[in-house]
Amino acid sequence: MSAAASADSSTASAPPLGKDLVGLEGLSGDTIRMILDTAEPFKEISERQIKKVPVLRGQTIVNLFFEPSTRTRISFEFAEKRLGADTVNISSTGSSVAKGETLVDTARNLEAMRIDMVVIRHGSSGAARFLADRIPSNVINGGDGRHEHPTQALLDMLTLRDRLGKIAGLKVCIVGDIVHSRVARSNIFGLKAMGAEVAVCGPRSLVPVGIEELGVRVFPHVEDAIEWADALNVLRLQLERMSAGYIPSLREYNRVFGVTRNRLEKAPREVIVLHPGPMNRGVEIDSDVADGPQSVILPQVTNGVAVRMAVLYLLAGGRPEAAEDAKRGSGGQG
Amino acid sequence: MTAAKEPHVLLDAPGVEQALGRLADEIVAAGGTDDLVLVGIRRRGVELAERLAALVEQRIGHPVDRGTLDITLYRDDFAQIGTRPLIGTTEIPGDLTDRRVVIVDDVLFTGRTIRAALNEIADFGRPARIELCVLVDRGGRELPIQADYAGLVHDVAPGSHVEVRVPAEDGELCARVVQGAEEATNE
Amino acid sequence: MSDGERLWIHGGRVVDPSQDLDGSAGIIVENGKISAIGPDLDRPEDAREIDASGLIVAPGFIDLHVHFREPGGEHKETIATGARAAVAGGFTTVWTMPNTDPPIDDPAAVGFVKAAGEVAGGARVMPIGAASIGMKGEQMTEIGELVAAGAVAVSDDGAPVAHAGLMRRLLEYTQTFGIAVVQHSEVVELAEGGVMNEGAVATALGLRGIPNVAEAAMIARDALLSELTGGHLHVCHVSARESVEQLRLARGKGLRVTSEVTPHHLILTEELVRGYNTEAKVNPPLRTARDVEAVRQALVEGVIDVIATDHAPHHYEEKEREFDDAPFGINGLETAFGLCMKALVEPGHLSLADLIDRMSCAPARIMGLDMGTLRAGAPADVVLLDPVGRWTVDPTRFASRSRNTPIAGWDLPGRIRRTLVEGETRYDAEDSR
Repeated sequence: MSAAASADSSTASAPPLGKDLVGLEGLSGDTIRMILDTAEPFKEISERQIKKVPVLRGQTIVNLFFEPSTRTRISFEFAEKRLGADTVNISSTGSSVAKGETLVDTARNLEAMRIDMVVIRHGSSGAARFLADRIPSNVINGGDGRHEHPTQALLDMLTLRDRLGKIAGLKVCIVGDIVHSRVARSNIFGLKAMGAEVAVCGPRSLVPVGIEELGVRVFPHVEDAIEWADALNVLRLQLERMSAGYIPSLREYNRVFGVTRNRLEKAPREVIVLHPGPMNRGVEIDSDVADGPQSVILPQVTNGVAVRMAVLYLLAGGRPEAAEDAKRGSGGQG
Repeated sequence: MTAAKEPHVLLDAPGVEQALGRLADEIVAAGGTDDLVLVGIRRRGVELAERLAALVEQRIGHPVDRGTLDITLYRDDFAQIGTRPLIGTTEIPGDLTDRRVVIVDDVLFTGRTIRAALNEIADFGRPARIELCVLVDRGGRELPIQADYAGLVHDVAPGSHVEVRVPAEDGELCARVVQGAEEATNE
Repeated sequence: MSDGERLWIHGGRVVDPSQDLDGSAGIIVENGKISAIGPDLDRPEDAREIDASGLIVAPGFIDLHVHFREPGGEHKETIATGARAAVAGGFTTVWTMPNTDPPIDDPAAVGFVKAAGEVAGGARVMPIGAASIGMKGEQMTEIGELVAAGAVAVSDDGAPVAHAGLMRRLLEYTQTFGIAVVQHSEVVELAEGGVMNEGAVATALGLRGIPNVAEAAMIARDALLSELTGGHLHVCHVSARESVEQLRLARGKGLRVTSEVTPHHLILTEELVRGYNTEAKVNPPLRTARDVEAVRQALVEGVIDVIATDHAPHHYEEKEREFDDAPFGINGLETAFGLCMKALVEPGHLSLADLIDRMSCAPARIMGLDMGTLRAGAPADVVLLDPVGRWTVDPTRFASRSRNTPIAGWDLPGRIRRTLVEGETRYDAEDSR
């Protein structure tokens, strides 16, 4: 166990993850490794007949989703319930300003109800940090705007590690709409901290300015990316990008950037394919790739529950007094 | 009475092996070896369970199922300790319903570890019978729990604790009394 | 100040770049005007005295770009609180932007702002009128009427005049009245809903960015229109190095193009946005160190003419929001002098005299105002400065109704000790202790 363990067992020593998980930016490789290692035993619990352990018994977790999302919310809900917690789902679409209740007021209400943990998904970058700074509950970022989606990147890395045995030294290319992707950012921060080489590939209009300064290589052509990579993380292309003029059509996108069987076969090695889901079959990824032997898309989903259980488990130790210390120290960053 | 700085050995390696032999005899004598499962509690209970299983197999002439149990997630002091200990894996061979389960641990002290183990085993089915086998029972119970089989019963005053050392973890095999409180770890 | 009353300001070091003056001198003020200034003046009879020992005596600062939120946004600032914040910052004259609610696009509104300014007991308030009706960017306002009511320029600031044809007409028509078209230079389609500078920091934070080009491209277009028409283009809040290139080009051609830069763009960068700090959310955004260096150098060389604060007060509740939803703007009147001292004079980029020029003489000069000078006959708009006294920025003590600044807690060199408008003391540091 890390240096966080103190000799005095009676007081809460510095929690390993701090109070919140807002993003992977700034987390060390050791911390990320710890989260992935913690996820391992939680995989086994999902294989049992009684898929529940009493770790978070009596705790209340709110899933605060300002953006619709079935799969992420369900994954969190499974993780929470399998740890024995009580869960409450609050969905609220549309800008809080438009609805008249600000995020600040929502935060205050949650605090007044003595909620132990909040999983928040919100359309504005920075919303998770905004909430985390204002309430003493543990806050987990379930996706904020285009900023980060840390549990997604963690499950992506766990899946890579399971399939390829390591992360350090791997070459991982993220393909698709990088500009609008929080999954891309979290993966970039996490993979780099773990010593992987990271690249992005997509039409220039969907690759953000200054991405190279994050230590990331840019491939303008997907064929070159496939030749270089050990693994591809294929992002969903949202239909709105076409109407906003970023790309001319989905058909063209598939012809030029789609991850197809043909392209994968030309690679010098077997390239593993990940996708955060839900997939646009025939747009960014073809069905025979998604359902083929190189795809780890379903293991990603399984790992998602285990990773989220690990994160909740690690954060649950970090509250009140421990939370204040964590905020002052570097642990509060994550 | 003695403020001994050196740990005081209760059982040396031959002593432990002798004790395990007697325990194997008792387990076999109690009957029901056809659907026996020996479940060792992480971490040191695991090696003890392994040795015990081998000894039981010698006596009955056929293989005995083993399992390992990590009770971290079932501890009752979670809220107090704050730190998140590393969790080991739990491996139970199939459904435990109607089977005879013998829990194997190194030291029986407050009884809270065993209570956590009982809760966890309940999630794997409904055994016909659950028994407890420990190498050392040092007294100091905080719950109504007893060992069915104990290699050695030895009361230890508060301020000291009993430590069992096994080759896989510690490089030697013995049971000894050590000054100072036990650390809240994965034990 | 009542007729016949005289004021004797003595003991200080007078720095008036408009007269190339820098040394000990006395000033006699009579009937609200400077009646005499010089080193060997005799103390006049029946005069009230102001002892300026240890202080700099300079022409009062002129801010060509402030937002007082009246009518419509009084919870953020009123003309009265804004005018008082101005004198607390050493400003004796401010030009107010018309993007209120409703906007200042007709003569009655202009008259309202002027009148409110007159009774505020702070800086002199000179209203800028809207360039287009309702600030919609479609149809020109009745500029002659606005000027007759007291408007000193036209602008749609907050937004650019996007339609090139309308911009051309404005630059032509304003020449009849000898006023400038004050342009918030931004090609909106390039800014694309951005909330901070486009670049690596925005990418890491997942926030939409506003590229430098959005500003520079508009300046390029408008400079060419100024060249075509001969009209006076005044460019607001320059922030980008590419914009500086365009201004150099315009200077080189001798065009009637003037420009301003804010104190914050002279020193603060996009790094302040990290952590989603909404106090650092401003339009144009805080950019990179390279851009800061470029605009600073331009100001030193005179490629950018003046400093103007773009004082944009916002209520704390509005800034206490997710970054995307928070309003743009930095509260700047009371920190301007100190921040400019820290950004320009302390590191040695600009002398104190040149700073006073950029904050006082140059604004008057480029806009043809009989101010920004301590010449005999000019209005007695005077500021007394303590150039070495240090202070810590404490927004809770602002005279402004709002507190939105990213430099709270900063230690700044240079304090305002006293501000006089037409010979009347409108701010005295002693009183606000």
